Amino acid sequence: MDAFTHLLDGFGTALTPAHLAFAAIGVILGTAIGVLPGIGPAMAVALLLPVTYGLDSTAAFIMFAGIYYGGMFGGSTTSILLNTPGESAAVVTAIEGNPMARSGRGPQALAAAAIGHFVGGMVGTTALVLLAPAVASVAVDIGAPDYFAIMVLAFVAVTSVLGASRLRGLASLLLGLTLGLVGLDQMTGQSRLTFGTLHLSDGIDVVLVAVGLFAVGEALWVAAHLRHGGSSPIPVGRPWLSRDDLRRTWKPWLRGPLIGFPFGAVPAGGAEIPTFLSYATEKRLSKHRDEFGKGAIEGVAGPESTASASAAGTMVTMLTLGLPTTAVAAVMLAAFQQYGIQPGPLLFQRETDLVWGLIASLFVGTVLLLLINLPLAPVWAKLLRIPRPYLYGGILFFASVGAYAVGGDPVDLVVLLLIGLLGFAMRRFGLPVLPAILGVILGPGAELQMRRALQISDGSLTGLVNSPLAVAVYAVVAVLLAWPLARRLVRAARR
Amino acid sequence: MRQPRAWLAALGAALLVTCVPPLVSGGDDRTTGTAIPGLRVLVPNAPGGGYDLTARTAVKAMEEAGLSKNIEVFNLPGAGGTVGLGRIVGERGNGRLAMSMGLGVVGSVHTNRSPSTLADTTPVARLIEESDIVVVGKNSPYRTIQDLIRAWSARPRSVPVGGGSSPGGPDHLAPMLMARAAGVPPRQVNYVPFDGGGELTASILGGKVGFGMTGVGETRDQIAAGELRPLAVTGARRVPGIDAPTLKEAGLNVEFTNWRGIVAPPGLSDRDRDRMVALWTELQRTEQWQKALRDNGWTPAFLPGDRFRAFIAAENGRVASVLKELGLA
Repeated sequence: MDAFTHLLDGFGTALTPAHLAFAAIGVILGTAIGVLPGIGPAMAVALLLPVTYGLDSTAAFIMFAGIYYGGMFGGSTTSILLNTPGESAAVVTAIEGNPMARSGRGPQALAAAAIGHFVGGMVGTTALVLLAPAVASVAVDIGAPDYFAIMVLAFVAVTSVLGASRLRGLASLLLGLTLGLVGLDQMTGQSRLTFGTLHLSDGIDVVLVAVGLFAVGEALWVAAHLRHGGSSPIPVGRPWLSRDDLRRTWKPWLRGPLIGFPFGAVPAGGAEIPTFLSYATEKRLSKHRDEFGKGAIEGVAGPESTASASAAGTMVTMLTLGLPTTAVAAVMLAAFQQYGIQPGPLLFQRETDLVWGLIASLFVGTVLLLLINLPLAPVWAKLLRIPRPYLYGGILFFASVGAYAVGGDPVDLVVLLLIGLLGFAMRRFGLPVLPAILGVILGPGAELQMRRALQISDGSLTGLVNSPLAVAVYAVVAVLLAWPLARRLVRAARR
Repeated sequence: MRQPRAWLAALGAALLVTCVPPLVSGGDDRTTGTAIPGLRVLVPNAPGGGYDLTARTAVKAMEEAGLSKNIEVFNLPGAGGTVGLGRIVGERGNGRLAMSMGLGVVGSVHTNRSPSTLADTTPVARLIEESDIVVVGKNSPYRTIQDLIRAWSARPRSVPVGGGSSPGGPDHLAPMLMARAAGVPPRQVNYVPFDGGGELTASILGGKVGFGMTGVGETRDQIAAGELRPLAVTGARRVPGIDAPTLKEAGLNVEFTNWRGIVAPPGLSDRDRDRMVALWTELQRTEQWQKALRDNGWTPAFLPGDRFRAFIAAENGRVASVLKELGLA
């Protein structure tokens, strides 16, 4: 009950006209910045930090929260319309969102994303209010073996997106894993596959790989096949979600937070793995499994809701423990210090007004995002009416600007182009692109957590299974693997 | 109809070209003794990182105190700061460029086998320092630093050390130096690197690692809340508000702080170099910078010009010897 009264006070803080205006500015800025690939929400907050020096701390943090939520959402717009993910949490959205847009269902995809974001944000933030202390105490008990077990689970789920040919799917996955190896090894400081250049020693950003394989690869592919006249513009269908769409999306919207929120709250969680797990789950549960890969609306609704709930989860560990679980949270923590506020376990008691004002403004920001973006969905979708040569020219432009913005390094443009050529070649030889992206996302994380677990146990293999959560996750993995086999055996026995 | 509009456009363009640049760069001619017109500060890591915060805070203090106007801060992250270092070394003779850096860059030069080193730069000033701290979770069996050292020297491999930097970084060097002083061979130290503060603090709190070594600032609040127990600080003096001895007091002959400072390109004229050092020296006296130091919990450690050069050389020697022993340099 205590939390409830505090929250009401928080709304009192957040709903003053000035703070409401800052939340709106934050949301709009965040969306605008999230649209550009390369400039993620973390960089947006960091770059805007000096702008807020003149504000009082509550106003500044309300604005940051708006930028964060807005940035998480903005990435999905370009993902859907242009196949150019604005940031890593939106990579998965492109898989179904872009085919939807190209078959004239862009407004529906955008609406599914916007509402998914709204639902995820609302459920996630409510969970933040109700569960924060409980989640926080569990979060520190999760260690490297548990993370590794979850990564193994994710790898098992990869098999569902390998495509028609297992061999090609695995080849693509291996390409991704190789790209993920590039850079300085975090555990030992040895450089791998950097070809002696310092520019590669931080590895290749996931967004760069996604934009290269998805957007540049496709632009090259289209350019190579456009010669014969077929430049009919993409049809723009009816603007709103139909009853059938709603019937298909309400469950994914509600399932999203179940996956996203816990991942956001644990220290090594983030948004990439849960969005992918959500995608795999929706594909498994959907009645329209054959539509996946060609534009299934569930594949947009689920991951978007997950991404948004994971952002709320991030706030839990940041506010209750003072632990940053994502880059954005790290920047926001640094910002706390600029205002002379020590983030950490005492924050809730010391800065009650600020914290609850911030939480209330998360609700406000979520509502504002929906109000601003839902009416815009049909407008954005008209973008696709642009004749294809210009459209793809624009995509290449955005992709290059984004790649350069990641690090301000011209070498990134060369890397982008090379990955684009790889994407072109993969399309030419029928290799699915998705497993490669997953390799880049999952590979480095899985390797890091496994080696960390083994190092903590000083090389003993028991270090991988010495926690109840890890064992439970491996049990799920075993069931998933044994299920098709068991079903076949049962069927054979019946005959 | 067409003609006048074209004329108007041309006139507008001409006005823009002639009037805007002076407005944007206005104030440059009003040089006080310290101003460096068109000064740019390179940050070799991403926005929000340590060097970024230091640079932006210092620049803001300079501008507010009127030491210099319109200073541009830009980021060129990569390879632990060595990409930015390469750029600085390449800008030979440029008196309008400075780079924020710190101990981490000293280590990165070795682990990345960077062709440019800090010896190629013109050191301007060390600005701040921060002690590292040895911490354990509140449920840890180690109550004092002696408890920990005893267990650690007996079986170093089974007491993993968590730190917030990759090999070569400050949190990696600190336990290695401490190990040497305690008679544990650095190669025996079971160092587990974590990304930044979040995962590391969680692992110390959850007892996943034997003990943690990281910056005092990142643990202050957890210590105040009684979640983490401080065992020792690595600097020369005790840290106010932290109830823990220095390593020296605990009988380990080692002193270690993580520091940040400013370097400039090589080959500066004497005039340019003196002007650059003077600007950062003046900064120390401003009220704005003193307030920023307090707000951020930074310990001032100002060391200008040639003394900073000697300091970097000494740190480099120490870092290189540890990393050589570990086979990293």
